[in-house]
Amino acid sequence: MRSSSTSSRLLAATALVAALGLTLAACGGGDDDSSGSSGGSGKAADPGSLKGQTITYWASNQGTSLDNDKQVLTPELDKFTASTGIKVKLEVIGWADLLNRILAATTSGQGPDVLNIGNTWSASLQATGALLPWDSTAFSTIGGKDRFAPAAIASAGAAGKDPAAVPLYSMAYGLYYNKKMFADAGIANPPTTWDELVADGQKLTKDGHYGLAVEGANGAENIHHVFTLAKQRGASWFDDKGAPTFTGPQQVAAVKQYVDFIAKDKIAAKGNAEYVQNQTITDFASGKAAMMMWQSAATSIKAHGMTPDQYGVVPVPTQTAGATGDAGVTSMVAGINVAVFNSTKHKAAAEAFVKFLTSTDEQKILNGKYGSLPPVTEAQSDPAFQTPDLKVLAGVLQKSAAPLPQVANESQFENLVGPAVKDLFAEAAAGKAITDDTVKAALTKAQQQMPAS
Amino acid sequence: MTATAPPRRAPEAGPGSGKTAAGRRLRPRVVERLRQGGLPYLLLLPAVLVELLIHIAPMFFGILISFKNLTLFYIHHWNSAPWAGFDNYKTAVKIHQPIGQALLHSFWVTLSYTLLSVSISWLLGTAAAILLQDKFRGRGLIRTLFLVPYALPAYAALITWTFMFQQDTGLVNHVLHDQLHVTSDKSFWLIGDNSFWAMVVVSVWKSWPFAFLALMAGLQNIPRELYEAAAMDGAGVWQQIRKITMPSLRPVNQVIVLVLFLWTFNDFNTPYVMFGQNPPHQSDLISIHIYQSSFINWNFGSGSAMSVLLLLFLLVVTAVYLLVTSRGRSENDV
Repeated sequence: MRSSSTSSRLLAATALVAALGLTLAACGGGDDDSSGSSGGSGKAADPGSLKGQTITYWASNQGTSLDNDKQVLTPELDKFTASTGIKVKLEVIGWADLLNRILAATTSGQGPDVLNIGNTWSASLQATGALLPWDSTAFSTIGGKDRFAPAAIASAGAAGKDPAAVPLYSMAYGLYYNKKMFADAGIANPPTTWDELVADGQKLTKDGHYGLAVEGANGAENIHHVFTLAKQRGASWFDDKGAPTFTGPQQVAAVKQYVDFIAKDKIAAKGNAEYVQNQTITDFASGKAAMMMWQSAATSIKAHGMTPDQYGVVPVPTQTAGATGDAGVTSMVAGINVAVFNSTKHKAAAEAFVKFLTSTDEQKILNGKYGSLPPVTEAQSDPAFQTPDLKVLAGVLQKSAAPLPQVANESQFENLVGPAVKDLFAEAAAGKAITDDTVKAALTKAQQQMPAS
Repeated sequence: MTATAPPRRAPEAGPGSGKTAAGRRLRPRVVERLRQGGLPYLLLLPAVLVELLIHIAPMFFGILISFKNLTLFYIHHWNSAPWAGFDNYKTAVKIHQPIGQALLHSFWVTLSYTLLSVSISWLLGTAAAILLQDKFRGRGLIRTLFLVPYALPAYAALITWTFMFQQDTGLVNHVLHDQLHVTSDKSFWLIGDNSFWAMVVVSVWKSWPFAFLALMAGLQNIPRELYEAAAMDGAGVWQQIRKITMPSLRPVNQVIVLVLFLWTFNDFNTPYVMFGQNPPHQSDLISIHIYQSSFINWNFGSGSAMSVLLLLFLLVVTAVYLLVTSRGRSENDV
């Protein structure tokens, strides 16, 4: 009697474990049989014929909050509805959720019609087949590919393929420096080479203040910087076939140079190793750090109470003065692209909406409000983008920015190398020595976990 | 065994009711059989259907996916992903290869985290429940305070802990370094080696009130006369705890330890909120590890295979645990 009750309890409890214990990565969803045909009709659809249609738009969080984004976008969408009769259902999604939401939509086929994506995801999402390809016919519906800055187009999908998205907001990294701190330290000009930056940083590091602030625990930030530092050495993180090349001497040197800001040069505070929520901007705006490398930071700096006259912006340094070509690259091409979901049932309305968002007037308004740069070249001459900092960043985008590797496994690269650099920062902060071997071991481990391309 | 009510007579079929005599004879028998045998199952049916929908179906798909090479190239039409056979499993268990090595590391981190968290939570819960067994002024208030961590929304509590653990401005370093001078330097708690201990502290803080609550309920069922008789026989407090309290709480403890073990082993919220989707190497819990494999590296086949392996491990552990603890109880009951 006891044994039977024991065994039934055992069975029940085991079943409970099955229910509790399984964290399967099961992704549900059905097939969708709507296959958006590649390319457009070749003509912009007559807006009159699209009247009454409703499209869904997933916007990424660009402003100070999701509500701020709604306030910025709603009047513009109303404008679009008034001129075309197409209603737009807006949903603003935070960056932490956006990629997962896109994945779920891709799997289920139940997605928005139009969506924003981080431009570094372009090739990965292109590989899923979830986004409408923008061939020349499709581009002709929005005024042609030539309207956009070439660097921005290069960040919209893998080379040799039709872009998977259209550039919407562009950004670039610059070196922000505190004018007063520089003057107080007797430094006349901002650094143009890394050696100068380290030397200046060491002069500025005293009494609880530091020369530089870095966002050490932020994987994406780490990737952006080690990409630039490797590029300046003529190295890429993937070869021509898309295979990872993380362990080359130049890549190792790039990562070591970045981590050394805390480990060897000691121009960044040890605490930076755990920065992940934009504390870098706080430190810079409060005068705790004299320099930072950031993309289009004017709005955030202002929100922290620092006025534009208190800081300057110059391109990020290079290894040698006046470097050109790859050696002169000072930033990755940062920005946001807008894409159309392949399974949309309102393709023409979605294209009309993309056309609206990338129109010259709308580019001026939206980029002006968000403090980014318009990838549409015609809009760049607007007075809103002639501030000293934006002029510098526009110059960087035009002359010295390169797109991150546009390969299908780019997101895995970010997910493996970014945290590897984060762990190296943690070791440096704990006082452990960071050598070439340490860095190479971390990068080797990351490379070994990369999926076959 | 409850007495069954005598079957009610079926009402006479009125003219035009369409009921046959055989039907009139059958109906009470069917109802009776249903009442005796089938009714419990009928009542369980909605729950079974919901269970199927929520757990069993995703589980089935998860197991199916673990045999497929489902990467980002196929998620748009995931059914068409090529079969991988047992490749995903082989990759996961090859502990001398990078992916297997990382999974094994993650497994050991999770096991250490779980054993530490569960044992400390259980000890604290037991101690608190026993100490608050006797009535005294303010007992209700203390009990309520002890249950606060269990009642707080998990996300808010975890975020608060994260702020407290920050190296530069966190309360933990302020107390340990600035106030008590226990540490010579401000320690890092969210990166590096200490991140593991920070996670254990938060996990214990979250879990021990559950043990406390369940044990407090268990203690209510121990007759006071047992303690009085033991005291009369000269047993001290410690002996009473050893000879009366702990044996009486054995069934409750069996459940508490099992449930806490499962919850903690599968804990996703704690590392995710504290460290984001890329926790430090030292705090790489298996739940996040599987999440990364599936949703960050977009290798759903590999992630699912790891999940199935995790499930099998937990099933074996649970079965062994229940067998051992049930046997112990049976022997004591004899």
